[in-house]
Amino acid sequence: MGRTLYEKIWDAHRIVEGDDGQTLLHVGRHLVHDGSVHAFEFLRDRGLKVRRPDQIFATPDHGVSTQVHKLEAIPDAEQRRVVKLLDRNTKDFGIVHFALDDPRQGIVHVVGPEQGITQPGIVLVCGDSHTSTHGALGALAFGAGASEITHVLATQTTWQRRSKTMRVTVDGKLPLGVTAKDVILAIIASVGANGAAGHVIEYAGSTIRAMSIEERLTVCNMSIEAGARAGMVAPDDTTYAYLKGRPYAPTGTAWDRAVAYWRTLPSDADAKFDAEVSLDATQLAPMVTWGNSPEDALPVTGAVPDPARETDPERKAYMERTLRYMGLSPGMALTDIPVDQVFIGSCTNARLEDLRAAAQVAKRGKAKVPVLVSPGSTQVKLAAEKEGLDRIFRDAGFEWRESGCSMCVGMNGDLVAAGKRCASTSNRNFVGRQGKGSRTHLLSPAMAAAAALTGRITDVRKL
Amino acid sequence: MDPFVVLQGVAAPLDQSKVDTDQILPARFLRRPRKEGYGQFLFRDWMDDPKFVLNQPVYKNARILVADRNFGGGSSREQAPWALSDYGIRCVVAADFGDIFYLNSLKTGVLPVALSPELCDSLRKQLHDKPGATMKVDLPAQTVTGPDGKTHRFEIDAFRKKCLLQGLDDIGITLQHEASIAAFETQYRQRFDWLFHGNL
Repeated sequence: MGRTLYEKIWDAHRIVEGDDGQTLLHVGRHLVHDGSVHAFEFLRDRGLKVRRPDQIFATPDHGVSTQVHKLEAIPDAEQRRVVKLLDRNTKDFGIVHFALDDPRQGIVHVVGPEQGITQPGIVLVCGDSHTSTHGALGALAFGAGASEITHVLATQTTWQRRSKTMRVTVDGKLPLGVTAKDVILAIIASVGANGAAGHVIEYAGSTIRAMSIEERLTVCNMSIEAGARAGMVAPDDTTYAYLKGRPYAPTGTAWDRAVAYWRTLPSDADAKFDAEVSLDATQLAPMVTWGNSPEDALPVTGAVPDPARETDPERKAYMERTLRYMGLSPGMALTDIPVDQVFIGSCTNARLEDLRAAAQVAKRGKAKVPVLVSPGSTQVKLAAEKEGLDRIFRDAGFEWRESGCSMCVGMNGDLVAAGKRCASTSNRNFVGRQGKGSRTHLLSPAMAAAAALTGRITDVRKL
Repeated sequence: MDPFVVLQGVAAPLDQSKVDTDQILPARFLRRPRKEGYGQFLFRDWMDDPKFVLNQPVYKNARILVADRNFGGGSSREQAPWALSDYGIRCVVAADFGDIFYLNSLKTGVLPVALSPELCDSLRKQLHDKPGATMKVDLPAQTVTGPDGKTHRFEIDAFRKKCLLQGLDDIGITLQHEASIAAFETQYRQRFDWLFHGNL
């Protein structure tokens, strides 16, 4: 029987396999960020060294100031301390570090693909759940906690049990105004917030094939919001065209050998998946979330659901407390929800194409509410400025900042105040995610820009 | 990691599904040095509510948490199980877990026990009926005994079970495979040589 993309990568990284199914996998690439501080501390406490520094790349993102990329601009002393420690740890262990003042700095999940560090067919690990992003290039990429990261630093390996496989097939041409973000929100709404638990997702179908790498990165990024271990897309000509010429991509004859190998990776025609899900792209609309789970996504033409109509008691209780927290009433049209502010950024939606989409909309008016735009990397920022996107944003009254995780996770001081409502291109709408008491509605960059111009959730197709 | 063998203690019912790791340990505490402890920040934003279950005196010494569906989804922060274990909770029973939280817990000495949603509902009901009731978690036998004395079996990976029982951390186990790791690295670096060009 044929093998899936996942199984091929697994087999190529298998070092030893125990009788109980636990397998020691080699880690091809490891990415670290300011949050990796605990793992380095554990490593030092045990008197261990970094085994393979040349397979590790670092950049600070979670705690960095988006006002100015200077250490002293980080308001919180603990965040300052860990950004500084990243510098020291990478120097001490000989790890390539795109530091705060480096033009290659950025959100680790934007930087990896951008620099050509993320490549098809590798196992990639990072101490962050959105590591699933890198699967867009045909890598097996997953996040892990501090102890596992210590293990990877010390051994360049990880113990894994083989996951089940789920193929999500999306077919058809996306209607106007519908983006990769809407596709993944629709998938999560259909699969459920933990519906892909125990699985690695492979995204397939004509819609995914037609997507650019940046769009695929958005899709794979939110695989974790469906509970999956990882999400991936088989590499194709779009992947190779994207990678060619990037700083860490192979060159010359090595490039040819790499591409020849990458072409063997896509799942075989007779490969079997443990679960199959399909979605008709032509039926999709721009999506927006109403609740505190990414699965609470609805077409923007919809209304806030009514707990009274829910028969499952657990779901009903969830809806009641969520509507209370979100300050919403059942039956209210989603487009009647006013917003206090807008965030355009994060590892989900802050690449150049995302900023172009937001700028296209921003051109058509002025912001009615405060808008923070944080590019996904310093390279994205420079490219956007070269195209004049920063001027479009500024002219529309949007604030143009430096790159970092920013208001997606609110660790750097970019926060949504209690009771305030934010239309956000990020990935999580959890209770308090953007600051204690904050209310988050997830949507695409174009939809976020539309909300900025009207001060409420808006169907960008009707703007 | 402290070994986990048999745990008997007060179990607190947490009647809520989708308890993500942002709730268990809010992001603003993530960068504290590990040694300073995380127990005081467990469910920090929920602790403001006097009605929150862990604020009830009867659950002051809770060692087990019985939750609902989808516990520990979201962020990969291992600080979530650190907060649980520093607070004194060494076992969470739920219908299903966030994948990364589940693995992080095992590595932190917190035992995640997956039981059916109906069983979780039933255990929480028993705990509400008898506040302060104890439960018993027997890792060698892979069983949980509810307040009603009924015993339920749970599944756990054999390797992770061994690590928990002996308080082992897996780096030591992995390094026993040094020869295999080194041999693998040599062939990997030859086979995929293009991965090692740019940064040399």
